[in-house]
Amino acid sequence: MAENRQEQTYRAGRNDRPRGPAMRGMPRPKVQEPGKLFRRIMSYVMKYYRIQMAAVLICIVLSVLANVQGTMFTRTLIDDYITPMIGQADPDYGPLQAAMLRVVCFYAIGIAAAYTQARLMVVINQGTLRRIREEIFEHMEKLPIRYFDTNAHGDIMSVFTNDVDTLRQMISQSIPQFFNSAITIVSILAMMLTLSIPLTVVSLCMVALMLFMTVQVTKRSGRNFVAQQRNLGKLNGFIEETITGEKVVKVFCHEKQSVEKFDELNEALYQSAFKANAYANIIGPVNAQMGNASYVVVALVGGLLALNKFAGFTVGALASFLTFNKNFSMPINQISMQFNSIIMALAGAERIFKLMDEQPETDDGYVMLVNCEVKDGEIVETKSHTGKWAWKHYHKASDTVTYQPMEGDVTFVDVTFGYNPDKTVLHNIDLHANPGEKIALVGSTGAGKTTITNLINRFYDISEGKIRYDNINIQKIKKPDLRRSLGIVLQDTHLFTGTVMENIRYGNLEATDEEVIAAARLANADGFIRRLPQGYDTMLKGDGANLSQGQRQLLAIARAAVADPPVLILDEATSSIDTRTEKIVQEGMDKLMSGRTTFVIAHRLSTIRNSDQILVLENGRIVERGNHEQLLAQKGRYYQLYTGKSDALTA
Amino acid sequence: MLKTLTAQIGEFKLVSVLTPLMMIFEVICEMVIPVLMGRIVDLGINGGSMEYIVRTGLLMLVVALMGLMFGILGGVFAARASAGVARNLRKAMHDNIQTFSFSNIDKFSTSSLVTRLTTDVTNVQNAYQMLLRMAMRSPMTLIIAMSMSFIISPRLASIYLGAVVILAVIVMLLMGRVTKYFKKVFERYDDLNSSVQENVSAIRVVKAYVREDYEVHKFNVAAGNIYKMFKKAENNMAGISPFMMTVVYSCILLISWFGAHFIVSGSLTTGQLMSLLTYCMNILMSLMMLSMIFVMLTMSEASAKRIAEVIQEKSSLTNPEEPIMEVPDGSIVFEDVDFSYRPGKGDPVLKDVTLSIRSGESIGIIGGTGSAKSSLVNLVSRLYDVTQGRLLVGGHDVREYDMEALRNQVSVVLQNNVLFSGTILDNLRWGDPEATEEDCRRVCRMACADEFIEKMPDGYMTYIEQGGTNVSGGQKQRLCIARALLKKPRILILDDSTSAVDTATDAKIRKAFAEEIPDTTKLIIAQRIASVKDCDRIIVMDEGRVSAFDTHENLLSSSEIYREVYESQVGAGADADFDKKQ
Repeated sequence: MAENRQEQTYRAGRNDRPRGPAMRGMPRPKVQEPGKLFRRIMSYVMKYYRIQMAAVLICIVLSVLANVQGTMFTRTLIDDYITPMIGQADPDYGPLQAAMLRVVCFYAIGIAAAYTQARLMVVINQGTLRRIREEIFEHMEKLPIRYFDTNAHGDIMSVFTNDVDTLRQMISQSIPQFFNSAITIVSILAMMLTLSIPLTVVSLCMVALMLFMTVQVTKRSGRNFVAQQRNLGKLNGFIEETITGEKVVKVFCHEKQSVEKFDELNEALYQSAFKANAYANIIGPVNAQMGNASYVVVALVGGLLALNKFAGFTVGALASFLTFNKNFSMPINQISMQFNSIIMALAGAERIFKLMDEQPETDDGYVMLVNCEVKDGEIVETKSHTGKWAWKHYHKASDTVTYQPMEGDVTFVDVTFGYNPDKTVLHNIDLHANPGEKIALVGSTGAGKTTITNLINRFYDISEGKIRYDNINIQKIKKPDLRRSLGIVLQDTHLFTGTVMENIRYGNLEATDEEVIAAARLANADGFIRRLPQGYDTMLKGDGANLSQGQRQLLAIARAAVADPPVLILDEATSSIDTRTEKIVQEGMDKLMSGRTTFVIAHRLSTIRNSDQILVLENGRIVERGNHEQLLAQKGRYYQLYTGKSDALTA
Repeated sequence: MLKTLTAQIGEFKLVSVLTPLMMIFEVICEMVIPVLMGRIVDLGINGGSMEYIVRTGLLMLVVALMGLMFGILGGVFAARASAGVARNLRKAMHDNIQTFSFSNIDKFSTSSLVTRLTTDVTNVQNAYQMLLRMAMRSPMTLIIAMSMSFIISPRLASIYLGAVVILAVIVMLLMGRVTKYFKKVFERYDDLNSSVQENVSAIRVVKAYVREDYEVHKFNVAAGNIYKMFKKAENNMAGISPFMMTVVYSCILLISWFGAHFIVSGSLTTGQLMSLLTYCMNILMSLMMLSMIFVMLTMSEASAKRIAEVIQEKSSLTNPEEPIMEVPDGSIVFEDVDFSYRPGKGDPVLKDVTLSIRSGESIGIIGGTGSAKSSLVNLVSRLYDVTQGRLLVGGHDVREYDMEALRNQVSVVLQNNVLFSGTILDNLRWGDPEATEEDCRRVCRMACADEFIEKMPDGYMTYIEQGGTNVSGGQKQRLCIARALLKKPRILILDDSTSAVDTATDAKIRKAFAEEIPDTTKLIIAQRIASVKDCDRIIVMDEGRVSAFDTHENLLSSSEIYREVYESQVGAGADADFDKKQ
């Protein structure tokens, strides 16, 4: 059950999620409580960069004002300086020079402000992202295994990549530009209002008309983008399926059918992609020409007003009003675009915060595992690794500490468990592993073997019953200490980017090079490692892609060996590695198991036959138990399975 | 490369030409408008002529309407052309992939083919649309705005010329530096993400060894480095926008100052000055746009190259001129066969293979990983061509057969086999589209698939999910065998096809083969001795050579490799089958 689920989660996540920056005309994702999300993101920014953020705001205001005064200057240039000089025999350029110097100063301030803003934004943006990234990762590491088993790994990854990326876009571009546009609009609007209230109303009406038309086109475009996305998903799914199975297609000469289906999906995608893009492409020209239309309308109405000297409206005022009107539509377009990409980023933020709001693993344990030595029959705690361990109990009532030797006795008492409350996977499991015993779990896929091991190290917590470890309820043991006492070799070997040495040392960070090599030797891994190009310093990449399956397993065994845990959980690999390597792996495992309490999910007869106890699981229940001889004598399920095999061999 | 890609424009040539044309018209309209605006101010408003305002205003509306029309047409044509080219590219690739041989597929790897068909095409589609719409528009804007400025006042326009040159040089230099920087940053960023990926998939190991804090520390160091690199790269870019502003403002100030002089001296009107100021923005914006197009095109270049590679790839297998359509019998003869996946590079995978298999024989093949068992059988249905020597099936060289005919009569159950989304019946009928339900039931009985299919709620109509995720490994293998049987082949090849099936069922399937298709030659690759020991003869492969070829009994005494494997399996190292019982 758990195995299956794990396999599924390796598949990539949703592919319907829009990637990259928001494009014009793309449908906006639905976001719940956008305001709250926005505040939460800003709280990250504000927590560390309050002063910088304030400075950025001031910079934006300064650069906008510098820009607006420049626009204003065009009017004063013509009305106040040039026009009076026209026709003068000896025009005095002094006042104009002075005015221009002032403008130069304003511009200089604007440029300086823009540069300061850009530099500040780099720090704010990258700094915030770094903190968010670190926080997501730290939180993720604390999440229970259940989270990773129930969420597609592709989706979790996508939070780190796509969602953080859209956030970068939002903080570095959308938000400053949004403010910039908003301030520009407000200041232009203020200027327009001082020039003429009726004309401003006309101008605003045209803006409203423009927005209305944009919304109409965007709606159509959005609908088609959804269709395009859906068709793209279908085609991608088909491609993924047939190309992955292309060799089978060829073996069955199925190319023609495959082409037919592909053409059909390809055509549908083409139609919707065309429509979506066509509508999106229209938005630009519509906006631009509406701006021009607005210019004409304002010129006409303004002309009427000016020529009739309505409320003191002058020709010069009209000229500058027209300039403002022209500069008005751009920031409005900008704002609607930035708004879209902010919403897009909020959808990403929603996923980020969903991860951050996941409940982390809880740990109420207080019993600790310590290294110890025995002096005069007394257990004494030591700092260094002695190979001997003890449980350290702290008694709150009396404020005293007692020690109990770690032996490796594991008991399940009437344990019932289900991954979901409505589906029980294990029923009333009772088992007792004496220190040093080897317990083999056998049974078909889904019988609950892996689940039992998941419960011992508390990857999952039991719903009913008790698990005792050296007679201590495992809930009372601190999780890190519990897990440190259990060595695990999983069926799928996972390795990390780094050298072979680092990968083995993962089991015990304090291990010296000599100890690592000794562990590798114990695991039978030393031989092949020395044959690698750089021996123990060989870099492993991509989950050890440059190693064979068998070699990876040997490294995992060495990793467990260097941790030197009192109790072992082994999941034997079923994958067919060749007979010789398998023998080496087997020997490595056997050496590791000797002297430790071991739970092994067994696939090899040799392992099972050598076990002290064999538990035969079926549908979450232990149906038979005993050692090999006892079970054979019982002539039950085990006998049936075992002899079925033997029959087949001798038939 | 370019030729291969442009060939795919196909029926979208007309729209591809029309789009830039429309864009040019749109630009012209756009450029006329500042002139009209200037006139409205100059002659209409300043001149106090309401009539002139109305007249010019109407003219301007007409021009705006025309601009709108051209803009819309350009947008629609561009969408048509780019979506169409994307469709053609996908089709060209997919069609060509269908002609690929196995070695062509191996060369590209399936995941890279998927990326090329999806992401790369989308990149090229976007770039093409951008190219059609902007690559003409921006230079046109630049040229027209510049010419208009020169018409209005050559002396003032030369200021723009200077600004354009300065801006172009500096932006090019900065862009080059920044893109290089960012490429480096993004590589490191990818590293960071792949380490997260590693952590997510290995979370059980992390937690089992209580290494959460260790991983967090490692991540924080990496995130800190990324932060520093991003900061450096972005600080380089922070200067670009203020620099642009400086150039724009300088232009405005210079034009205003000299413009004032010219107006006063009577060689320029105020309206013309305002038009000039408008062109200033047009010129500099189109320059920015051009640099953006440049970046975008370089970015999609890699994608274009990858697409062209697929379209240009020639299948390494071709049908003969006059193919033989019928395989007379199931005999197989290898004559001194050498085979290499990449001829001329490295040692061949198969060396000096000479074998003779009679029609109807059942042959087991055994050997360690890398001993070239699969390579051996893949040659029989001509999934690959031999590098040297000859391979005869039914008495004829496999290269003389029609490939489809050969593959229909030599049925292979591949090692990494897949089922496709669809019902069980749909999947089975890949073997024979005409097969009746009774035919399907019959082959399923032979492959021991009938028992579990009938237990499923929808029986043969059960829907198989993509990748066959809703059936177990053993069930999948049995369905694949049934599918191959439907071809009624002369030769049946099972490449480790019962590895997930329990031994008893495995034996039952082999028994059914012996009873029901005795005339079919059977080649069975297996890891388990039990799966092959009843075969008429067994081939023992070792490092690309046939080490021994004999019956089970004889091999036990003659082949050391065989004996070693046999002993390890009946002895202590044997598989326990408990896992595979359903």
